[in-house]
Amino acid sequence: MTHALKIENVTVSYHGRSAIEAIDLTLGKGNILGIIGPNGAGKSTLLKAILNLISVDSGSINILGGSLKENRNRIAYVPQRNQYDWDFPIHVMDAVLIGTYPSLGIFKRPKKSDKAWALECLEKVGLAQYANRQIGELSGGQQQRVFLARALAQKADLFFLDEPFVGIDIASEEMIVKLLKDLRDEGKTVVVVHHDLSKAKEYFDELLLLNKQLVQFGRPAEVLRPEVMRKAYESELAFLFEAGVS
Amino acid sequence: MAFIEGIMQYDFLQKALLTSVMVGIICGAIGCFIILRGMALMGDAISHAVLPGVAISYALGINFFFGAVFTGVLTAMAIGFVSQNSRIKQDTSIGIMFTAAFAMGVILITVLESSTDLYHILFGNVLAVRPSDMWITLVIGLVVLGSIYLFYKELLVTSFDSVMASVYGLPVRLIHYFLMALLTMVTVASLQTVGIVLVVAMLITPAATAYLLTDRLSTMVFLASTIGAVSAVIGLYFSYTYNLASGATIVLAATALFIIAFVFSPKHGLLWKKINSKKKQSELAKL
Repeated sequence: MTHALKIENVTVSYHGRSAIEAIDLTLGKGNILGIIGPNGAGKSTLLKAILNLISVDSGSINILGGSLKENRNRIAYVPQRNQYDWDFPIHVMDAVLIGTYPSLGIFKRPKKSDKAWALECLEKVGLAQYANRQIGELSGGQQQRVFLARALAQKADLFFLDEPFVGIDIASEEMIVKLLKDLRDEGKTVVVVHHDLSKAKEYFDELLLLNKQLVQFGRPAEVLRPEVMRKAYESELAFLFEAGVS
Repeated sequence: MAFIEGIMQYDFLQKALLTSVMVGIICGAIGCFIILRGMALMGDAISHAVLPGVAISYALGINFFFGAVFTGVLTAMAIGFVSQNSRIKQDTSIGIMFTAAFAMGVILITVLESSTDLYHILFGNVLAVRPSDMWITLVIGLVVLGSIYLFYKELLVTSFDSVMASVYGLPVRLIHYFLMALLTMVTVASLQTVGIVLVVAMLITPAATAYLLTDRLSTMVFLASTIGAVSAVIGLYFSYTYNLASGATIVLAATALFIIAFVFSPKHGLLWKKINSKKKQSELAKL
């Protein structure tokens, strides 16, 4: 079996300053990977580099055994929630239906079967009754679930989520985690950029601790050790000490 | 009514009506994408940027459509080039480029001593529409509406979520320039009717009115086109009856419709919002 994601020696810089340096990572299929690290550690940058939204200085990225171009239709991406214009004139159902666009190709419109499938995905996140609401009318957690439904509608093998749990209610968070675990159990791979360390152990099969460089990659038990965490969060801790918090 | 009699009687008025209704429809339709992408200023820029093209076309004796589209798209590309290759932000880049193009146009018209009436290009003179202008407008209208119909899906997803669009492989930048090209064509089609200076109003006002009335893009496009067309008819009526500049009357008609929607829109109107918040207050008071 080939890997889901293989990153070799990837470096990205903005305006001459490096954001991530020499990242190596091999992720097997059927895993939920959490990318964690302090602010400015380059978590979103790594995700954008994988998705070719920014160019890399060096290194290679292999997705599902090929290039991104070859496997575009097998990946789904859920951007950060603050990326959207929530006043956009679009109904919940139509937002999920966008998930079927990649497979439709140009000029073709979603057919009845596509709409049925989108509705099915909306049911999976428990929001079928909101199908005809404007997206801005939903709560933060519901909005996040809508975009997970859209990702499900893409029938992908590899999912990327950028900070999906920021500012959402606990019920939505639990539902999203459960759905991600279901996907994993079906053999799909999920990559999540994550901020909050407290539940990292329960949510993820693998953890990537990042602080510009790769600090540690492995099972949560290996990564979530004080001596490992200190390496990544040292600068933030130093700040806390100076502020006299501890 | 003299207006209706006039339409029956005068060929020029029929042409004027047909042209301005067409302009109202296509401006409304393309305007939806312009405002949702936050490119209202870009609409203004492109409309001004066609001026040098119009001047050159007249001097060369070719149809002004070609020159206008050329300088319009060129300006759009220059705006993109400057903002992508420096720390200059997009709106600043727009401000620099379109005023430059416009100034160039003013000088060209003077130097080339073309027979074009600058005043008519700037403010429109729909009652002087020639058959060839009408046909150009019609063809542009079909191209624009056809493109929106064919690429609706792509325009929707790049407007709503350009990141997802580029992840799944859509040429987001190409679609942007394609939209700019359509925008330029719409501007050219509107030259005779509302003029360069006021085109932006026809692009934005009906679309904004529609935006207040619906929560669905497809409905919004349809509504904006209708509102644009209705504004054109009302405006033309006042232009003809009171001998006023057609561009100004059409734009004011569109503005009036916007104000009505702004106050009375069932969901997003001022009045409804006031009533709703009052209701909530009294409900809270009861508790």
